[in-house]
Amino acid sequence: MPLKAKHLLGIRDLSAEQIQLILDTAESFREISTRPIKKVPTLRGKSVINLFFEASTRTRTSFEIAAKRLSADAINISASTSSVVKGETLVDMARNLQAMAPDVIVIRHSSSGAPHQLARICDAAIVNAGDGAHEHPTQALLDALTILDRKKRLAGLRVAIVGDVAHSRVARSNCLLLGKMGAQVRVCAPPTLLPLGFERTFDLLQPMEHPGTLWVTHDMQQALADADVVMMLRIQLERQHEAFFPSVREYFRFYGLSAERMQAAKPDAIIMHPGPINRGVEIASDVADGPYSVILDQVTSGVAVRMAVLFLLAGGSKEETGA
Amino acid sequence: MSSLLIKGGRIIDPASNLDRAGDVLIEEGKISRIEPSIWAPGIRSIDASGLIVAPGFVDIHVHLREPGREDEETIQSGSRAAAAGGFTTICCMPNTDPVNDSPTVTRYIIEEAARHAVTRVFPIGAISAGSAGEKLSEIGEMVEAGAVGISDDGKPVMDGQLMRRAMEYSLPFRIPVIEHCEDLHLSAHGSMNEGFQSTALGLKGISRAAEDTMASRDIILAELTGAHIHIAHLSTRGALDLVRQGKRKGIHVTCEVTPHHFTLTDAACCGYDTNAKMSPPLRTQDDLDGLIEGLVDGTIDCIATDHAPHNANEKMLEFDRAPFGITGLETALGLSLTRLFHTGKIDLKRLIELFTVNAARIINRPLGELAIGAEADVTLFSTESEWVYDVSRTQSKSRNSPFHGMRLKGQVAATIVAGKTVYLNEGLLRA
Repeated sequence: MPLKAKHLLGIRDLSAEQIQLILDTAESFREISTRPIKKVPTLRGKSVINLFFEASTRTRTSFEIAAKRLSADAINISASTSSVVKGETLVDMARNLQAMAPDVIVIRHSSSGAPHQLARICDAAIVNAGDGAHEHPTQALLDALTILDRKKRLAGLRVAIVGDVAHSRVARSNCLLLGKMGAQVRVCAPPTLLPLGFERTFDLLQPMEHPGTLWVTHDMQQALADADVVMMLRIQLERQHEAFFPSVREYFRFYGLSAERMQAAKPDAIIMHPGPINRGVEIASDVADGPYSVILDQVTSGVAVRMAVLFLLAGGSKEETGA
Repeated sequence: MSSLLIKGGRIIDPASNLDRAGDVLIEEGKISRIEPSIWAPGIRSIDASGLIVAPGFVDIHVHLREPGREDEETIQSGSRAAAAGGFTTICCMPNTDPVNDSPTVTRYIIEEAARHAVTRVFPIGAISAGSAGEKLSEIGEMVEAGAVGISDDGKPVMDGQLMRRAMEYSLPFRIPVIEHCEDLHLSAHGSMNEGFQSTALGLKGISRAAEDTMASRDIILAELTGAHIHIAHLSTRGALDLVRQGKRKGIHVTCEVTPHHFTLTDAACCGYDTNAKMSPPLRTQDDLDGLIEGLVDGTIDCIATDHAPHNANEKMLEFDRAPFGITGLETALGLSLTRLFHTGKIDLKRLIELFTVNAARIINRPLGELAIGAEADVTLFSTESEWVYDVSRTQSKSRNSPFHGMRLKGQVAATIVAGKTVYLNEGLLRA
């Protein structure tokens, strides 16, 4: 079954069926990473450019490993946005890359919409590996795969998303994906770290037929009550000067995840974090390292999801995964 | 000097409440007769049957980029784009390089315009030196040199005390103080309207409060000082309500709106088209509806384009890095007729008033009227001609318009400045 999409720019553009297809494909790729020889010839002869305008270790490595396990040629470009200073625009760079005829371009950029601008120019399939505060679709997909692994379903689950929602592309993609798959999402943040009208935005973006819900609270206790999944977001300490909250100490007191707070969640609740974590800022060390933390499983799921995405966009269908 | 007979058009002059079929005779650059039928042998005539004959349009808000950014626009190219849009007078904002904050720059613009412009060009001087918002510029000398107003457009005057002083100081010169209303702390680093769309697109929003709070401060200061505050490119329902209240209280406040703010909403930013990025940003449908109410009820004084040419390279950047602003001179009439007149919101007399006499009164110039003895600035247009805007054929040096490919109803046929035809649309009219 083909994905019926040329690019992966955001979860917003995907239907529940397309999300399910990517997750099923990823599931079938999981096994490859456990083999002694972790490589299948599926994408031999295809080239994947990882174009990273923002520093990233985990996501870039994950895409690179995913491409290599499928036998694609992976090329990493750590472009600094300083190319703009040199007078080269994003459009120029896109045209140059296009001239080298890659099959897939994976892009990470600090400006929201940069992948969409690239997609208008390039023939290659574009994968958004995180754009500004907009979307990070493969993160949401790997989070979903991780949840599925533990909970066997998404529909009906209670998921709490806590932290700096305003600046988080992870939060946006997760809210959209979980909503589309029928989960109940509670978003918890201080009002200064929530975009105005966040609830309404997601109501408007939801397909009509869909049963998932999203609501906002500023109370951790409410957010965590009977939660199946607790997803913590990274607080960007470099934003401290913008005065979104008075101090890290106070932030942790109201919005940090401690073992005590976790008591409100279901006993088998899992704890997730897109990384890198700030120990003691948004999450206590013992919680991050505790038995319910699936933070490292998320990283493992990332490779499978990215293999699935590269594979589906580079023209494969689920039957020929070689898995 | 030029003489010309405009025959058989529908003459509409809001200032004298004239609306009738007839002929207009121009002699030596002035309007000499307006009568049902004029026989003037030996004088070149144009057949305006089927066309509206209106006073020449006045745009009090354009950016000509000269001196400094002649790659984006020059006084000559900008005035040609203005003429193609039916404008016979344009006022250029001072955010050039160097900033027009001294009589030297003001005179330079006026002299360049005299040599190269096809329309009248009136400079607007800066409120503060370098538009840096710290000390007053040489306002009096700029007015003596020909400036018709003051503004730090593009930047708001953040210091309330400086704004108060600018208003007080401007009083004897009888000029409007024109403000770009934006509290920079509230709008900090935003690139589009704050709301549903900015949240969905992950772009930092500029709240309507950033405009409304500043408009409120300025109207209160105008009440305090008795100065004339003119709110540039008003874009929110909230700021419009403040202007409406201010007028009711007898405060000398006027405002303009741009065609893009009453035509597009922030939904145009979907897809991250940098030609949908301007300041103030495109707002919501509720704001757009509010602006149309203000155009209907008279709260809005005039339409101005905020024509802001930008080099294509700069508009090719990422949305949050691209500069604010779009061109607008050539599409203003078509958009206004399409969105305001053909939808039955306002009649032609009101539409022409918004483009002419009301704008001229804000800058205290005896223009925008078809009076006997007045300067023969005349705009001829068709309300019915349908056309598609093709930005590749623009007279401007820049092409940053979101209206490329848009179908419009109503088009300029000819633009006449002091009796001289400076733009002619040969599809609609032959000289």
